[in-house]
Amino acid sequence: MSDEATAATGHEPDYLAQKGFRSWACTHDHKRIGVMYLIATHSFFLIGGILAMLLRLKLLTPGPALMSDHAYNVLFTLHGAMMIFLFIIPAIPSSLGNFFIPLLIGARDVAFPRLNLYSFWIFVVGIVITVASLLQPIDTGWTFYTPYSAQTASAVTALSCGMFLVGMSSILTGLNFIVTIHTMRAPGMTWYRMPLFIWGMYGTSVIQVLATPVIGITFVLLVAERLLGIGFFDPAKGGDPLLFQHFFWFYSHPVVYVMILPAMGIISEVIPVFARKPIFGYKAIAYSALAIGFIGFLVWGHHMFVSGMSTVASVIFSFLTFFVAVPTGIKIFNWIATLYRGSISLDSPMLYALAFIFLFIIGGLTGLFLGSLATDVHVTDTYFLVAHFHYTMMGGTIMGLFAGLHYWFPKITGRMLNEKWAKQAWLFIVVGFNVTFFPMFILGMQGMPRRFSQYPEKYQPLNILATVGSWILFAGIFIMFLNFVRSLRHGARAPDNPWQGLTLEWTVPSPPTVENFETIPTITDWPYGYGKKKRQAK
Amino acid sequence: MPESSALFGARASLVSGQVDAVFLFILAIAGFFFVLTQGLLIYFALRYRRKKGEPPAETPYITGNQTMEVIWMVIPSLLLVAIFAYGMFVFIKMTTPIPGATEVQVTASQFQWTFKYQDGRSAANELRLALDQPVKLIMTSRDVIHSLYIPDYRQKQDLVPGRYTYLWLVPKKTGTFDIYCAEYCGTGHSLMRATLIVMPLPEYDKWVQSERQKLKAGVQSPVERGKALFESSGCLGCHSVDGTPKVGPTLKGVFGRQVQLADGRTITADEEYLRESIVEPGEDLVKGFQAIMPPYQATLKDDDLAAVVAYLKSLK
Repeated sequence: MSDEATAATGHEPDYLAQKGFRSWACTHDHKRIGVMYLIATHSFFLIGGILAMLLRLKLLTPGPALMSDHAYNVLFTLHGAMMIFLFIIPAIPSSLGNFFIPLLIGARDVAFPRLNLYSFWIFVVGIVITVASLLQPIDTGWTFYTPYSAQTASAVTALSCGMFLVGMSSILTGLNFIVTIHTMRAPGMTWYRMPLFIWGMYGTSVIQVLATPVIGITFVLLVAERLLGIGFFDPAKGGDPLLFQHFFWFYSHPVVYVMILPAMGIISEVIPVFARKPIFGYKAIAYSALAIGFIGFLVWGHHMFVSGMSTVASVIFSFLTFFVAVPTGIKIFNWIATLYRGSISLDSPMLYALAFIFLFIIGGLTGLFLGSLATDVHVTDTYFLVAHFHYTMMGGTIMGLFAGLHYWFPKITGRMLNEKWAKQAWLFIVVGFNVTFFPMFILGMQGMPRRFSQYPEKYQPLNILATVGSWILFAGIFIMFLNFVRSLRHGARAPDNPWQGLTLEWTVPSPPTVENFETIPTITDWPYGYGKKKRQAK
Repeated sequence: MPESSALFGARASLVSGQVDAVFLFILAIAGFFFVLTQGLLIYFALRYRRKKGEPPAETPYITGNQTMEVIWMVIPSLLLVAIFAYGMFVFIKMTTPIPGATEVQVTASQFQWTFKYQDGRSAANELRLALDQPVKLIMTSRDVIHSLYIPDYRQKQDLVPGRYTYLWLVPKKTGTFDIYCAEYCGTGHSLMRATLIVMPLPEYDKWVQSERQKLKAGVQSPVERGKALFESSGCLGCHSVDGTPKVGPTLKGVFGRQVQLADGRTITADEEYLRESIVEPGEDLVKGFQAIMPPYQATLKDDDLAAVVAYLKSLK
């Protein structure tokens, strides 16, 4: 395939031309590293998804049927840990970020290509250790709360080491991207001419570098407590279990913005292209990304309103939490305003982008109930919370990722996707997602706690509905991946610029050559100049 | 507020209705923005849709509008402050000590609730309160973090080892209500449930009198003493006495039972087997169960141990 592509474009060989294990394992090419991350992270998406299907199957009945309570606890822990640490956090930054940051800013590679490769292999070693911990699978929940995680017989130590390495890889990648964005932009690409995906990736990288060390240290402390008996979190030895929660959420709250900012960046790219309109309020969207990143560091306590933290602290954290909603709201309004008087084509990337906005609005608005103190006390740690974060994480980040995958598939592979399949998959995913997760809001309002392997019978009808929804959702995801795999071979050959985009990646061949750009372009305008210029642009 | 709602369940405490009011207030605001944003999203996506194969129509070059951007920054901000303030107001009400409240000590352990009243009575997995009488729960955990959650009260509070946390309750409805553990605490988490029974004051007083009389009656039989020890040691967290499967084997009719062990042997559960299973539970593990029970060598001794064994023998 790649040989023909070379002949067709007449340029130097594309980045996929070289074959063999070594050509991948030792590559410094950001595009190949991106593709390797793409495959690694999406494998865990599929495994995590299958675990979720088993969980939903178990919850079809309220009693002890199908699997033991312990097995259920292990499954929900692995589902959460894999999805969060091995999929959602690295999925967009490490795969699409790696592939497209240099292409979007007019660079030949990232600032430190060799470090980029090391980051990937550190990630792989982390995965191997994590998988090794499955010999004695952990049952702590993905939040690893002490004292339970310090006492349970499962392989918390091994998993912590794996997570430590995955985190290290994440820090190095973030650092690499920050330097790349600062120093490698093509001549003429000022900060305000950067595509918004780059702004999103910039915000994400800063959070990764600042927050990830905290979770790394927390894992070290947890291992020290388990192996050496040092009581950082053990009240009998003068420690405090709440300290662990503060450490954990100091990382794990900002990290939800690591997940969402790149997805928002993708949406900001896709909407103008398919609406043929300039993005509405460029600066507001760019600054919102930074504001979300900054305020995100100050709200971790909203996970702990019922933990025994003082009332004063709860009130302050609740107040700050509502401020994250403001920049998020601005982005939503600006995307919708971009659609106004556009010429919208509903191709699959656009459909996923619209699904992102639709689902993320629900996720965002239900966050208000969790940010408000009185209502949080009732619905926290219930299915309401489970529904809320699936709407933001899956309805948000993963829909953004899907939009990006459909948008950039032609550029990455040189092939077009089957549009009919893509739309069918989209329909299944959107319907299945809502049937699965919307009932959980009501379950939570009625008081069903999360992480219950057996539950009171009154909650069964809505659980059956959610389980049926999960089958529809699974069918959609299956069709989508089938389309990806099938199109690699049978897809129509992709032109350089199938969507008539104005960002730089569309000026190079599909798939790009090893060096990306024959000559580095000089930038004279922002990348959103769609539509008829009546007024002077910025 | 009506006494119950299809969406939330019963409103059984003083604060239930107030929390629901905050919920509905947020729901109204969220509902408005939901309809506004989703409506515009769908309307624009359909109204400005391009037909298949059609070239893009001419679109206007709009890059922003400062007035509108300021409007949709300021108005939501003000509404957010209102939501925050209302939520805080009810939260503070919920967590403010009520003078003259009766105290109940709550101890959580994997996977059992123990409620201890001021006169020394205690009960496992059952809390009885009197209608309209404010109660202060003083709570702690013996092992990992748990969370006491009464959905019909809209109240929840974590129980943390090594410290006390509090919950103030004012029952406003008689009847039976569910208590769940809302913080994941291990294998038996989902079965760590208790019952809250609320009775009118006169009935409640009568119940307390009869309980006290039982307590005062003095000399307990070994079986009665064993039952009390069984409940106060947290055994009910994992072992049922009525045949329901839990984390550990049920102890209904355990005495004399043929027990299949994890190592393949089968033995008859006699007094010695029961004694050994309490002090060294890992030794003769029952087939199909995890070795997670702690040894009770240090806690249950001599007469106490004999009393518990006597109680277990009585479970027909």
